[in-house]
Amino acid sequence: MQMVVLALLLMPASIAPAAGAEVTIGYLHGPRAQEPLSLVEVPAENDGREGAELAIEDNNTTGRFLNQSFSMVTAMVDEDGDAGAQALALAEQGASFVVADLAADALVKAADAGRERGLLFFNIGAADDRLREEDCRPNVIHVAPSHSMLADGLAQYLVWKQWRRWLLVEGSHPEDRLFGDALRRAAKRFGAEIVEERIFEDKGGARQTDSGVVQVQRQIPVLTQEAPEYDVLVAADESEVFAAYLPYRTWDPRPVAGSAGLVPTSWHASHGQWGALQMHSRFQKRFSRFMTALDMQAWSAVRIVGEAATRTGSTEPSAITAFIKGPELGMGAYKGQKLTIRDWNLQVRQPILLTDGRMVVSVSPQEGFLHQVSELDTLGVDRPETRCSLP
Amino acid sequence: MKLTYLLLGTAASVALATQAAAFTAYVSNEGSNTVTVFDTETFEVTATIEVGQRPRGIELTKDGKHLLVAVGDDDTIEIIDTKTHEIVGTLPSGPDPELFTQDPEGKIVYIANEDDNMVTVVDLVKRVPLAEVQVGVEPEGMGISPDGKILVNTSETTNMAHFIDTSTHEIVANVLVDARPRIAEFKKDGSEVWVSSEIGGTVSVIDPDKREIIKKITFEIPGLRPESIQPVGVRLTKDGSKGFVALGPANRIAVVDANTHEVEDYLLVGQRVWQLAFTPDEKYLFGTNGVSNDVSVIDVAEGKVVDTVQVGELPWGVAVSEN
Repeated sequence: MQMVVLALLLMPASIAPAAGAEVTIGYLHGPRAQEPLSLVEVPAENDGREGAELAIEDNNTTGRFLNQSFSMVTAMVDEDGDAGAQALALAEQGASFVVADLAADALVKAADAGRERGLLFFNIGAADDRLREEDCRPNVIHVAPSHSMLADGLAQYLVWKQWRRWLLVEGSHPEDRLFGDALRRAAKRFGAEIVEERIFEDKGGARQTDSGVVQVQRQIPVLTQEAPEYDVLVAADESEVFAAYLPYRTWDPRPVAGSAGLVPTSWHASHGQWGALQMHSRFQKRFSRFMTALDMQAWSAVRIVGEAATRTGSTEPSAITAFIKGPELGMGAYKGQKLTIRDWNLQVRQPILLTDGRMVVSVSPQEGFLHQVSELDTLGVDRPETRCSLP
Repeated sequence: MKLTYLLLGTAASVALATQAAAFTAYVSNEGSNTVTVFDTETFEVTATIEVGQRPRGIELTKDGKHLLVAVGDDDTIEIIDTKTHEIVGTLPSGPDPELFTQDPEGKIVYIANEDDNMVTVVDLVKRVPLAEVQVGVEPEGMGISPDGKILVNTSETTNMAHFIDTSTHEIVANVLVDARPRIAEFKKDGSEVWVSSEIGGTVSVIDPDKREIIKKITFEIPGLRPESIQPVGVRLTKDGSKGFVALGPANRIAVVDANTHEVEDYLLVGQRVWQLAFTPDEKYLFGTNGVSNDVSVIDVAEGKVVDTVQVGELPWGVAVSEN
């Protein structure tokens, strides 16, 4: 028995010394998120991970010319599992970079555990602003847009449309509140007015039942009746409890935006501009499904590592990390301009797509929202406002 | 006798005045699945040819008898008779062809297949594939050296210019350039190859012998965000003295001194200017404006935009016939 334990302990260490020109990237993910209300939005089993896989292949195609190779190792953190231990397990397998699809607390744990080992994390799954602000870490790059970036991208468009009076309906879960806060902040920043706020209480129970349609058809008008004059209903429902039921069912005939209706996101299957069409076509050919925002965030994370390896001509983790955090990184990602990283909180700057689920309606930043450095910095928390202080 | 001389003199001067103009321009319209044909003297549209889906890359065969149009969504290159405007055949281009080039003799076509990280080599006479070359991710630009010995392909996601030996179909060098390289264009004397980087915002001038970047041309336009300056189409005059670079959403074409590599001027054109082509006499340069659905006409000697031609939706590429 003791010998077996010993062997197990030794094994990872013996695998660790990777070949000279190899970069190992870890993929760490939590349990599957809450099922969406809409059956057509149920994510594929390898949502996110397959985006990373395609990027590993892309990195290897490029790596062929430079004698660099890339591989991926994966680990999962259970509901009550130890994200730190799993991150270290990936490090034992040779990973210096970890693409993390984790909830906020688990991400912080993993990042802190991996810091001594020099692990650089890429947050692809958590939109929480606090991860970029008071809880920021010097070894976490945020590829996923924050709640505030998403809310700002949406708000700019609504204001451009002159839909300035918002009825805000928020879910009763803490994460709904986080997106709600970002929407309130966005309204203030861009000159919209929240005419009233309402809460949709999650009373539990079956999410989809045979009588569902009938019930919802009666419930939503009641929820939205007797509201003050408003132009657009803005919903904050990160928990997938009610927002998908809002469009076409509101008391007043008003458009819906936020968690349903017009949704801000980093990527969508209907986004075809700027070469995105060919990205979709490569992804669909490879995995026989649409590429989601999570896939794209994972692809971007792995490509950032690949791009740094290409530009530095090195597979040395410290050289790659230094390049990623330095001023020269500028990566194409099918969004019409290069992705760069904000040096004050390591958030990836990026345009925000607004989609109705079938088409991209618009891409923010909107025309006329100016900024002295980068118009992309009109989205999210800007340098003068940040509460993050990196060493 | 005197009278005859006079008459001859007049005839000669008339001939000179009109000589510059007898060409035909062809514009691929990515959005409307057509090719617009216009006269380069009158700038009048003379025909619209229905083609396959998503026409982009467009070139005339060296004998001028055929027009080749890459129709990406149909996974082929259509061969159009320039006299009848009939589609007379297709080339086995491989999937999703976008840009292509021909060898100097006009017998071989080299095609970039975006989805498959591949360059396909096709015999233009027999219309059969000859070889495939594995390149970087999302191959795009295709430039060939004047002697036909070296093909330069750019890959948009790998960000390299791949130098391919056309006799062995092997990659002999890779030059790393700025993000999203779109076009590779040789000087006619073979001394330089220019590679535009759309997202990087630069044009890399590469020495094809050393296979090294000798200069990076950058662009600055007062009042415009650097992100909106996205170089795509590149053309160089035959004498190698001037370069023209289409700057995409900056809505301008940069005029570059091709000896010093300094930008001399920015010409304001239509929205999202994409690809460029000279008339064979280099009197005019045409630029396709993807968002404004027209083509800007530039007088090369004057360095001025002198006309605009309305074409189809999302004009992409342009080619001009000797005839």
